[in-house]
Amino acid sequence: MIPQSHFLIFSAALFAIGIFGVLTRKNAIGILMSIELILNAVNVNLITFNKFLGTPNGLGQIFALFVIAIAAASAVVGLALVIAIYRNAKSILVDKLNLMKW
Amino acid sequence: MVKFAHLIPIFPFAAFVINIFFGRRLKKASALIAIAACTASLALSLWTFLGLLKGQGSYPLFDWLIFEDFTLHVGVTIDSLTCAMLLVVTSIGTLIQIYSIGYMSQDPRFSRFFAYLSLFMASMLGLLLADNFLILYMFWEGVGLCSYLLISFWFEKITAAKAGMKAFITTRIGDTGFLIGIFLLFVASRDLSFAGLSHINGNTGLYTAAALLIFCGAIGKSAQFPLHVWLPDAMEGPTPVSALIHAATMVAAGVYLVARCFGLFLTHQPALICVAYVGAITTVLAASIATVNNDIKRILAYSTISQLGFMMLGLGVGGYSAGTFHLMTHAFFKALLFLCAGSVIHSVHIQDIQKMGGIFNKMKVTGTTFIIAGLAISGVPPFSGFWSKDEILTEIFHSGHPALFVAAALTSLLTAFYMFRLIFLVLFGKPRSELHLHESPKTMTIPLIILAVFAIFAGFPGSPLMNNVFQSFIHLEAGHAAQESSPDYFIMGLSTLIALSGIALAYCLYIKQKKILPQAIRSRFAPLYQLLSNKYYFDELYDFLFIKPCGRIAKTLAGFDLGVIDGAVNKTAEIVVILSKIKAWIDTTIVDGAVNLTAKTVGLFSKELRKIQTGSVQAYLLFAFFGLVLMMLFKLIVK
Repeated sequence: MIPQSHFLIFSAALFAIGIFGVLTRKNAIGILMSIELILNAVNVNLITFNKFLGTPNGLGQIFALFVIAIAAASAVVGLALVIAIYRNAKSILVDKLNLMKW
Repeated sequence: MVKFAHLIPIFPFAAFVINIFFGRRLKKASALIAIAACTASLALSLWTFLGLLKGQGSYPLFDWLIFEDFTLHVGVTIDSLTCAMLLVVTSIGTLIQIYSIGYMSQDPRFSRFFAYLSLFMASMLGLLLADNFLILYMFWEGVGLCSYLLISFWFEKITAAKAGMKAFITTRIGDTGFLIGIFLLFVASRDLSFAGLSHINGNTGLYTAAALLIFCGAIGKSAQFPLHVWLPDAMEGPTPVSALIHAATMVAAGVYLVARCFGLFLTHQPALICVAYVGAITTVLAASIATVNNDIKRILAYSTISQLGFMMLGLGVGGYSAGTFHLMTHAFFKALLFLCAGSVIHSVHIQDIQKMGGIFNKMKVTGTTFIIAGLAISGVPPFSGFWSKDEILTEIFHSGHPALFVAAALTSLLTAFYMFRLIFLVLFGKPRSELHLHESPKTMTIPLIILAVFAIFAGFPGSPLMNNVFQSFIHLEAGHAAQESSPDYFIMGLSTLIALSGIALAYCLYIKQKKILPQAIRSRFAPLYQLLSNKYYFDELYDFLFIKPCGRIAKTLAGFDLGVIDGAVNKTAEIVVILSKIKAWIDTTIVDGAVNLTAKTVGLFSKELRKIQTGSVQAYLLFAFFGLVLMMLFKLIVK
């Protein structure tokens, strides 16, 4: 049987890749994809702890399902925003969108 | 009993208000308003007079100035003196205003002139109706103000402007005395009403002083010696104004005041004697100046001063009814004289009688009325002046002051002489310069004729022919009973003789041009002539005694002002400037420096700090992430 630490290391790696992606990608769609990675890392964690700790069976899985649904919704909203930004600025590169800078 | 007498001054006052505000739009109609108002006053005065005959007396109006221990009751005096004066003032005022339509017709300030005349009438009528000193003083000042406005009516002429100032300042001196007299009277008796005058007693010195000070006011207003200098200069005003001032209003106010306070004077004899002597000095002085003057209006002015002195003299010897009687008759014939003079001036446009002559042929109405007025003032029977002068002479004769009687007789002689000198030089003989004569318009001649009728007949009510009704009408109610004056034929004959000899003297000198005295004796009189033609050097004396020192004091004070006060002010200013400069330096360097330093420091820090604010979302996220990591590490370490 695969030990718990493997799951957690995998999850942490996935999370780190996601964070790295969010912070470094210039393309807004890339950032959205990286956010999906982070969320999935969380899902892995939820399921892992549900399995290895004595929590009621299926609770973590249900939580993970919620996260997947919400992630889908947030991806939809994020993509809609990207399209709106593209229409205004003719670009989806976030480093060009510095309107908030003084 | 209807109480309407207080409305008498209101009509002219309303006319004044209308004319002063709407005069420019009314133009010639303003004269009609003024005359209508004056006529209304005349009608009311007549009604009041009839009321008085039926027994109407003074009545209170309202209470003013109510204090704990003193209340000023304002009321209206209606007695024989007031009524007689009211009738004289309103009738002469109306005639003079009608005359002014013609005289002032070319003047650009026509309506303004009628506004002032109305105010003048209102003040004078108010003065006559006042029943206490305070109200009287208010109207008294009103009269003074109007005289100033009217004398300097042609203020473009510098002499007119100066004459107005002279009149105002000179009467002011008298008014100050009058005001102090009122104060004294108030302090002594706590009563300002005229009714209270007849029953004051005790404190003789104080009351005598008060009476003398009140007489001071009368000296100023009635142009008595030594404050007579303003009246001849007042001739700079338009002639109707001169007539009004000299006959009905301004100068009569002084005599009226003495008559009104006669109760006070009568109980304090020293003051009364003073009145008599001031009157005597004035009357001789002014009459003698009039004999050598060459200005038609100035001769009349000196004649007025002389006649006023004569009235004062009459009052001063106790002739209350005689003095007021002469005031009344004089008002008519003096108004007539001035209006005649105005008519002549209107025609020939000069005032020097040496250049006139032969006017009678071309100006019959003016000439005839002029002669009537001259006969009246000279005291030829049966003209009005004869009866009133005779009354005064009789009073003086019986008072036991021979010096005063001589002065009065001398004045009568001089009066007849200078008046007929004037008439002969102006009306008869050959014109001594080129004159374009024409008779004056109807608005001017009709008042002349009416006044001439008065000048002839106004004396009869006070003559023995009508049993002296005037005297018994006007006698002083309190104390002094009307003297039973039987006609004194000696005095009558004497005064007629004096008048006729004066006229005869003038006739010899100016018509026959006889040299009655040899050249040698006449040259002896040259200094006297010099003295008279320079009016006894009064103007020069006052100039030397008062005006020059005042000027010098003023200059010294001006020097003090410039040197010390202005210097101090300037020094203060300089010190303030220096202090301000120091303060400005502190402000710019220290205060502003501190502020700038703060701002610069903040700016410097902000310049660095704003670099964090990149505007890149990812950078913010990075910071947030590292923050999270730091918090976690902290948590781990602390645990």
